[in-house]
Amino acid sequence: MRRRLTSILLHAVLVAGAVITLVPLAWMVSASLMPTGEASAYPPSFLPSRVTTEHYRALFGSLNLGRCLLNSTLIATTATALCLFLTSLAGYAFARLRFPGRDRIFRTLLAGMVIPAQVAMLPLFLLLKSMGLVNTYWGVLVPYLAPIFGIFMIRQYALSVPTDLLDAARVDGAGELWVYWHVVLPLCRPILVTLAVFVFMGTWNDFMWPLIELTDDRLYTLPVALANLVGEHAQDTELMMAGSVLTVLPVLLLFLALQRHYVEGIMMGGVKE
Amino acid sequence: MRSEVRAGLLFIAPALALITVFFFLPVVAGMLLSLTDFDIYAIGSLDSVRFVGLGNYATLLSNPVFWKALGNTFTYVLLGGPLSVAISLGAAMLLNSKLVRFRGLFRTAYFAPVVTTLVAVAVVWRYLYHPRVGLLNQALGALGIGPVDWLGDPRWAIPAIIVMAAWKNFGYNMIIFMAGLQTIPESLYEAARIDGAGWWQQLWRITLPMLRPTTVFVVLMTMIGYFQIFAEPYVMTGGGGPLNATLTIVMLMYKEGFRWWNMGTSAAAAFVLFVIVFAATSLQLLLQRGREE
Repeated sequence: MRRRLTSILLHAVLVAGAVITLVPLAWMVSASLMPTGEASAYPPSFLPSRVTTEHYRALFGSLNLGRCLLNSTLIATTATALCLFLTSLAGYAFARLRFPGRDRIFRTLLAGMVIPAQVAMLPLFLLLKSMGLVNTYWGVLVPYLAPIFGIFMIRQYALSVPTDLLDAARVDGAGELWVYWHVVLPLCRPILVTLAVFVFMGTWNDFMWPLIELTDDRLYTLPVALANLVGEHAQDTELMMAGSVLTVLPVLLLFLALQRHYVEGIMMGGVKE
Repeated sequence: MRSEVRAGLLFIAPALALITVFFFLPVVAGMLLSLTDFDIYAIGSLDSVRFVGLGNYATLLSNPVFWKALGNTFTYVLLGGPLSVAISLGAAMLLNSKLVRFRGLFRTAYFAPVVTTLVAVAVVWRYLYHPRVGLLNQALGALGIGPVDWLGDPRWAIPAIIVMAAWKNFGYNMIIFMAGLQTIPESLYEAARIDGAGWWQQLWRITLPMLRPTTVFVVLMTMIGYFQIFAEPYVMTGGGGPLNATLTIVMLMYKEGFRWWNMGTSAAAAFVLFVIVFAATSLQLLLQRGREE
């Protein structure tokens, strides 16, 4: 009896928590479908009196946010692909290949992780400016390509790759690049998926760096475009909610699809958001 | 073996080159930059740059706005850090109970805000906090509580932003705590129950001590996150208002560097942030080590 009561109480608290957690997101979706003015009307209604997609059409039409959706997709996808390649090469080498200075270099990289990214932003901006890369896709991509935490994650995982498999391939006369591509990469698949989810989401959600690096609104990523929009259209609550849905939905869906991999990444620890 | 050395160096070369040129080099350059009067004219001709020693730091330290930003940043860390960690631990303990059904569903719900885009949910919360029509004040009004101008009142602006930040980030630490809780052997609790220990005693004598390594990690990561607050004031309070009540160090660094083009001062602010984060990290690790010995 007491156990039953505890269980009911526990679930009541859990449901209340879930409601509080999800209300802001649910309201965002609901308000984005309301006719203009309804989200800020009094008394308030949580659900739209009539569902309209006019705000989404405005976003893709006159406000040209479709272009920003494309920018975000392009930047996050390219960053993820290149990052996976570069960090897996390096992570594997740090884990399984012996070369002079290996451990010292790795320790230096790890120490670098305590430096907040913002410390490098201003000089990096000036450096890219001198290279003519400010306000370009490549310029904005640069800091995402070789994250130290990615190298760290791959290295930890690659340490567990069975030595026999690597040696067997080498005895057969395979070159190191062949071993990496045909033996190591397939074995590291789980960690690569996890890292891919992290990098894609991190790049998609990042705000400060693209805000600094991109000055032309045709190159804006969605978060930058949205922050810009709130300055001009603060009164259009429903439009702003539609913009928020457009920004959040792709990563939220990606998370729901690959949830397990994302959660495993967090459990590995040492992962920076 | 020669080929292994060559392959190793070749494999780390691209990543290492990128990190060196686009991270370590800028960090060192930033340190040097903070010792110069680098400004918008210097971008055109480097000849106009002068070495000013610790001048930028002196300027910062004599600027009341800097102290305001520093104080605010610590308020975020010292209020938000404990709040976030407490909610995470509470949620993890609830979800870890053997009685819970649909655990996966609850976990996903609690975790959802973590993966959302900060800028987008900051926009959403800006409207939830609206003094007249915001959902929060409407709900409080129904309970008979008068409207509060959450983001417009200097007293409430930081707490309001912290609540939003905690809502967004607690799911992340919750996952780490859940993993930590699962490593505590059930036999410890059984033994404690036989000795007549209540829920509260079990929490203080078993759960919290056993979770200590996890907690140190979580507190550290959460604190570092709060030290770097930027997007929230940018989106929710127009860049640090009202009356600089929500201004942070990173926001000040951004404004100095990219609004007013005082690169030297901006670089100095960045280094103050670095020193603080570094000190906080060292302190945490030191405390942890001291406890273990």
